[in-house]
Amino acid sequence: MRDVAIVAFAQTDHLRRTDELSEVDLLMPVLHQVLGATSLKASDIGFTCSGSSDYLAGRAFSFTMALDGVGAHPPISESHVEMDGAWALYEAWVKLQTGEADTALVYAYGKSSPGEVRDVLTRQLDPYYVGPLWPDSVALAALQAQALIDAGHTDEAALAAIADRSRAAAADNPHAQLSGSVPAGDYLVQPLRTGDCPPVGDGAAAVILAAGDTARALCTRPAWIRGIDHRIEAHSLGVRDLTDSPSTRLAAERAGAFEGPVDTVELHAPFTSQEVVLRRALGLDAGVSVNPSGGALAANPVMAAGLIRLGEAAARIQRGESDRALAHATSGPCLQQNLVAVLEGEAAHA
Amino acid sequence: MPDVLSAPLVVEFPFTRSLGPVQSAFLTGLRERTVLGVRTADGRVLVPPVEYDPVTAEELRELTEVAATGTVTTWAWNPAPRRDQPLATPFAWVLVKLDGAGTALLHVLDAPGPGAVHTGMRVRIRWSPERTGAITDIACFEPYEGEVGQPSPHNGEFADPVTGVVTPARLDYTYTPGRAQSAYLKALSEQRTVGERCPSCRKVYVPPRGACPTCGVATAEQVEVGPRGTVTTYCIVNIKAKNLDIEVPYVYAHIALDGADLALHGRIGGIPYDQVRMGLRVEPVWTGEGRHPDHYRPTGEPDADYDVYKELL
Repeated sequence: MRDVAIVAFAQTDHLRRTDELSEVDLLMPVLHQVLGATSLKASDIGFTCSGSSDYLAGRAFSFTMALDGVGAHPPISESHVEMDGAWALYEAWVKLQTGEADTALVYAYGKSSPGEVRDVLTRQLDPYYVGPLWPDSVALAALQAQALIDAGHTDEAALAAIADRSRAAAADNPHAQLSGSVPAGDYLVQPLRTGDCPPVGDGAAAVILAAGDTARALCTRPAWIRGIDHRIEAHSLGVRDLTDSPSTRLAAERAGAFEGPVDTVELHAPFTSQEVVLRRALGLDAGVSVNPSGGALAANPVMAAGLIRLGEAAARIQRGESDRALAHATSGPCLQQNLVAVLEGEAAHA
Repeated sequence: MPDVLSAPLVVEFPFTRSLGPVQSAFLTGLRERTVLGVRTADGRVLVPPVEYDPVTAEELRELTEVAATGTVTTWAWNPAPRRDQPLATPFAWVLVKLDGAGTALLHVLDAPGPGAVHTGMRVRIRWSPERTGAITDIACFEPYEGEVGQPSPHNGEFADPVTGVVTPARLDYTYTPGRAQSAYLKALSEQRTVGERCPSCRKVYVPPRGACPTCGVATAEQVEVGPRGTVTTYCIVNIKAKNLDIEVPYVYAHIALDGADLALHGRIGGIPYDQVRMGLRVEPVWTGEGRHPDHYRPTGEPDADYDVYKELL
């Protein structure tokens, strides 16, 4: 296996609306930031991969127009996933493993403000048995939350404490959409209150990956991807045990997460109750720093929020604030699909 | 007019999907007020039934009937139903394990309030009066105090089975095209065409999308182009488009407006279709309240030299 690292990360400020910006307008500043941080030109990049969904803004082929911001003409080596950018990063990591590229630009964006994201996300569900009922994303998360409460794994006060801790941490995150003291609010779908749910908004993020000595040349402390894996649950909600996430546990195992302690964890848990599931699945110690960025409860640009978890964990390693971090991304209803990466910084004496 | 335009946008499509043998039996069963599950090799009955075992991926075909009564395994109270959801009044989302089933079905429960719902409560199906072979043939669940229903064998065969479903999907947006396209559309409303110049390679893009696809940088300098332009290439259309009141054959062309480094496309009129040629000089014709030129017509100028537009093909 080649050693591959995250060498640069940038994200936009996450905002409720960005009416004046098209997707490419939203994206370009973060692309320029990661290129600037590594002194790379777009034409130096070996592979480009992005994650987004045209359904969010209702703008067909927005991902091809977003490519304008990369300088994709004359044609570059490029790919796209209709998934969170964390999966675009996975594809780019595989590309670097093949040896066909030494650097990769990964980006993701989500513009939820033009539509109703709760309704939009119903269109990813089983179209035969589930989609025709239009169960929105909050409703499905609420079914999972109630199952956790019934099983005695949490209660509404504990969920509110997760929301409070996340948004208090986000006070130090200049990009956060929601930070500081946020009221628990009314039930959106009981047992979840507005405070248990992520803010809806627009945002983008970009990462540069590099292999081996290229990574060392581009970054003083690369965040080495020691393992990365993604797994999925059975697609019918009624088949799953909603209080557990065996796919997260398996992905973490395959990524080597349990081979040593981690000091930082970035979990992609858009709903407070999902953090409960993930902590149980990963067996996290109470002492580990979870979501020092505030996590998806502070900013949840759909399709970018998972990539941001990897970026936040990597940025902490680059700044010397972490030596071994776990980053997680999710996709689909009730933590349907989960990706886990283990990131490490090299010791100062190495 | 505001700097950034916005307009309602509805994206709507009736998805037509064919059904596999298990899905067909299940949905036909609902039409006949019969709920079918499928049995896995280890004896578990999956409801709703799927065609492949979620654990082993084995093909599943052994159908069995389960009861229309069951037990809530988890629930969530929805105080504000959304447009396409099954009930218009506040309701509970529920996962229900039907009597005889080993897994739970997602649906909704009609109940007076969250205080009337709990995990473990007994419910039964309320059938929709109009049934077509769809998951919505179950109108909802309702509280039920009666006996536990008994599963019974079923071969899954019905007269006139449902073989497909049509699932309409509508999403509503407020479309905002962003700064560059707003400026372009605003100029069009004044019958002007405005592009944007790349600060790096100096190319002028029309219509502008806000970025230069070669340099990957934002374009901001607005440049008025045209109104005249040159046909760079064209085709002759012989197929009449639906809802389009234009006689065929007609010519559709790429037109490089003077000052633009990218050709846009439009219809050519005012000249017999078989006389249109590369290099033809044209100008826009605006009609009525149209937001775009209706078509382009010859200016009468001499044709442009190939060398002038060859980079714009």
